[in-house]
Amino acid sequence: MALIDDRNIDDAPFRMSEATPGDYIALLKPRVMSLVVFTAVVGLVAAPGSMNPLLAIIAILAIAIGAGASGALNMWYDADIDKIMSRTASRPVPAGRVTPGEALGFGLVLSVLSVMTLGVLVNWLSASLLAFTIFFYAVIYTMWLKRWTPQNIVIGGAAGSFPPMIGWAAATGSISLESVILFLIIFLWTPPHFWALALFKSGDYERAGIPMMPNRAGHASTRRQIFAYALLLAPVGVAPWLLGYTTLFYGVVSLSLGLGFVWYAWKVLKMPDQDKAMAPAKSLFGFSLIYLFVIFAAYLGDRLIAHLTGLGA
Amino acid sequence: MDKLEMVDLTEKQKKTRRWRSIAIGLALAGLVVVFYVATLAKFGPAVLNRPF
Repeated sequence: MALIDDRNIDDAPFRMSEATPGDYIALLKPRVMSLVVFTAVVGLVAAPGSMNPLLAIIAILAIAIGAGASGALNMWYDADIDKIMSRTASRPVPAGRVTPGEALGFGLVLSVLSVMTLGVLVNWLSASLLAFTIFFYAVIYTMWLKRWTPQNIVIGGAAGSFPPMIGWAAATGSISLESVILFLIIFLWTPPHFWALALFKSGDYERAGIPMMPNRAGHASTRRQIFAYALLLAPVGVAPWLLGYTTLFYGVVSLSLGLGFVWYAWKVLKMPDQDKAMAPAKSLFGFSLIYLFVIFAAYLGDRLIAHLTGLGA
Repeated sequence: MDKLEMVDLTEKQKKTRRWRSIAIGLALAGLVVVFYVATLAKFGPAVLNRPF
């Protein structure tokens, strides 16, 4: 009798997936993706010249899928620590609805598809930047920096800062100082945003063994660094107006937002060590989301009005 | 001859597989639309200018 006849099908490591399409959408980190789409749209629309609107939509779609792919690769690699943290325990891989292999395959296929689509249909500079962003987030940040150094989100933040630059490159085929400033706004915004979260979620990160700033350098040092980044962010946010790229409208909005950010960061700096509720850190975290959304919306509105009226800054 | 042993899917497995199949179908259809629209957008009427 053939050997195969002696084997019971139950012995095989068979597993039929019960994952829904919603689980695969969750792998793409839709909330992060929405921020990526928004900032990429700003970069694309603010760029000089005109782009075929259909190709512009396809470029944004490819950037969104690329960002989602890097999210799936992140969830594949981080399933072990996601399982420990309350904020991430219900994600599809740690919850067992999607296997790590399925998440990896999904992420890799979408990475290749998004980069090739952007390259073939739009231009190869934007496709190269998208490929670099996926690599930076999945390999440099997720696999290396995140578990190694408390500077993880400072350096890793570059991955989240690229989308407006990719949008700009998709529209113009080049990189300019304006797009670098948009990159810098997100880059300098990321540390105070995440460290505010890490202050009141430090127990979670500690249990997962992730070296976030509060549980390595201490809360006092983190609060000082948050304030320092706020002081750097405020003038960079105003820079597009100072350099003459935008109108006074953007200048006033960005200056007000920058002062607000410094004010909230100051409240965090003055937060007592024994403060367990950490209301100032939670307020800064909330304000940081408003800051990024409004400053990019103001930039977008400013540039759209300039395009439509034919008036430059 | 022994009856071929099959894997019996649960109702939930059948349902989620069906949903995944529909999602894959829609994604592929979307990809076709993207490349069709992009071809028209990039080439315009020139897409018909080809040597015979």
